[in-house]
Amino acid sequence: MIRVTGLSKIYQTGRVQVAALTDVTFQIKAGEFVAIMGPSGSGKSTLMNILGCLDLPTAGSYRLAGREMSGLSHGELAEIRNRELGFIFQSFNLLPRLNAWRNVELPLVYAGLPPKERRERALALLALVGLADRAEHRPQELSGGEQQRIAIARALANRPAVILADEPTGNLDTKAGREIMKIFTALHQEGKTIVMITHDPEIAVFAGRVLYFRDGRLRRDLLTVDPATNAVLTARELIDRLHGEEEEQP
Amino acid sequence: MKTRDNLRMALEGLAANPLRSVLTTLGVIIGVTAVIVMTALGEGASRQVTAGIEGLGSNLLIITPGRTGRRSRELGAAGSATTVTSDLLPVLERELAREGGELLRGIAPEARQVLPVRNASLSITTNVMGVTPAYLGVRGYDLKEGAFFNEEDLERRNRLAVLGKTTAEELFGEESPVGQVIRIANNRFTVIGVLAERGYSGFSHLDDLVLVPLTTAQRRLFGHNRLQSIYLEVVDSRFMDAAYDRIDRILRGYFQEEAAYSLSNQVQILETIQSTTRTFTLLLAGIASVSLLVGGIGIMNIMLVSVTERIREIGIRKALGAQGREILLQFLFEAIVLSLAGGGIGILLGLAGSRLAALFGGWPAVVSGGAILLAFAFAFGVGLFFGVYPAYKAALLPPAEALRHE
Repeated sequence: MIRVTGLSKIYQTGRVQVAALTDVTFQIKAGEFVAIMGPSGSGKSTLMNILGCLDLPTAGSYRLAGREMSGLSHGELAEIRNRELGFIFQSFNLLPRLNAWRNVELPLVYAGLPPKERRERALALLALVGLADRAEHRPQELSGGEQQRIAIARALANRPAVILADEPTGNLDTKAGREIMKIFTALHQEGKTIVMITHDPEIAVFAGRVLYFRDGRLRRDLLTVDPATNAVLTARELIDRLHGEEEEQP
Repeated sequence: MKTRDNLRMALEGLAANPLRSVLTTLGVIIGVTAVIVMTALGEGASRQVTAGIEGLGSNLLIITPGRTGRRSRELGAAGSATTVTSDLLPVLERELAREGGELLRGIAPEARQVLPVRNASLSITTNVMGVTPAYLGVRGYDLKEGAFFNEEDLERRNRLAVLGKTTAEELFGEESPVGQVIRIANNRFTVIGVLAERGYSGFSHLDDLVLVPLTTAQRRLFGHNRLQSIYLEVVDSRFMDAAYDRIDRILRGYFQEEAAYSLSNQVQILETIQSTTRTFTLLLAGIASVSLLVGGIGIMNIMLVSVTERIREIGIRKALGAQGREILLQFLFEAIVLSLAGGGIGILLGLAGSRLAALFGGWPAVVSGGAILLAFAFAFGVGLFFGVYPAYKAALLPPAEALRHE
């Protein structure tokens, strides 16, 4: 589904060049649930922007569903964001002036659907995330967890194959975070491909696989299931493996 | 995405900041109102002047003194020279008779001066005109009451006066002036008639005057035999050109110098006046347009602020798949909605303002459909022109950066 080869991103600020990503190569198969981890400044947000077609790489190739992304026009990229990708942000990024269903409707507006169908689908999506009774509420009238569920409904609006989530639980308390991860798990079981940035190992273990970045390079690529016992790693074990194995590298 | 969706987004964007939207629109409202009121007043003035000149009588040729003489270079020099006198009248009559006088219906000379006029209790200053009995018919006046002086009065230089309606009212109020005595520059005149109301012409108040026999005026009041105008009524408008040529020939023969006189017909006068009022109207509209332009700059200013404030919103919309074009239209529609709302309200205020100006200014205001259309189109153009840049700026924002913006 996602194939990244030799990907680099260099930011030019004045005379200083900053390499945010250096020669990153990995693949994500359809239906995988992948967590991207790493300290701040490790390049994971830059990677997310590129995977989300919000930004273009300086070098390397990014293929989404077999299609090369570099060289596409702004308009084509916008269409891919609209149809193939669903975004979930740490700060929800709902439009404060619009009520819940109008926020969910937005990708459908840009997809050119007629109003009646948009409303029906938006309400159905809100019901899916358990917010049918909040359809007319504005974001500021809702809790953080509820807002994030609206954002998830919005991300699902055009039935994208890939969900990209940037610290989806970062602004939520533990309980609300678990609720969100329950929805993610359900989506994963339905066959959605999910790529999620997180710094929280408790959250990362919900994914089946962790890509660990540091200084713009992919350092670790490991499964959250112990291959020997087939048991899911605990957060503690995940941290140990990330750091332990990293230190073994030269 | 449909235009309707764009429009809805624009309206929602404006509704988020109602006070700001209203204040921004105000610039356009004032501009459009000003354009409409100004052109309405200009157009009204133009029509009034035109009607006044047309009201002079239908088939008139007018002889006025030319530009020679002492005061030749002064502005509005027509009438300033001293060449045209009563001596010209018998020449005109003789020559016209010799060549077949059927071209003209009447000749009406006019000698004019502003003089104090008073009765027992009041003193005013008004136009005193020395005229002949033909004046009434040639200039299209009717008598409201009393009589007009005749040829015999003219020969005897009788001290008789016929008052314009306004003058009569000023001096005598509701009372009938006929038979009363007035003093013009300390000469006693007996009022024998009052003229019916005429209104304004392009130049003067046609009801604010005193008519006296030409001979009396020249001898007793003015002390010279100069004439300000000679009105010639042609029998039929078809003969205007023929009459013009013949009279011009006679005048040239008489004066031996073309600059000594000026012969004009109403069409020429009308054209001159109309081109003047048109320039005047354009000038007013031009000044008013400046405020519309300022209103447009106000829109641009606010739209730029709005784009800056909503960078994050733009980033979100782009992440959800909005094309640059759709962002552009959203912001452009906001600017256009602002300017069109301003245009609409401005037109209503302009109509009301024109009526008000007409009511209190004693000045007719004619709002033409063309002016409304023009103001509206101009408002639309202003919105489009000043809205494009901010909208374009919004459309070009890179999505990743816009999303990072706090």
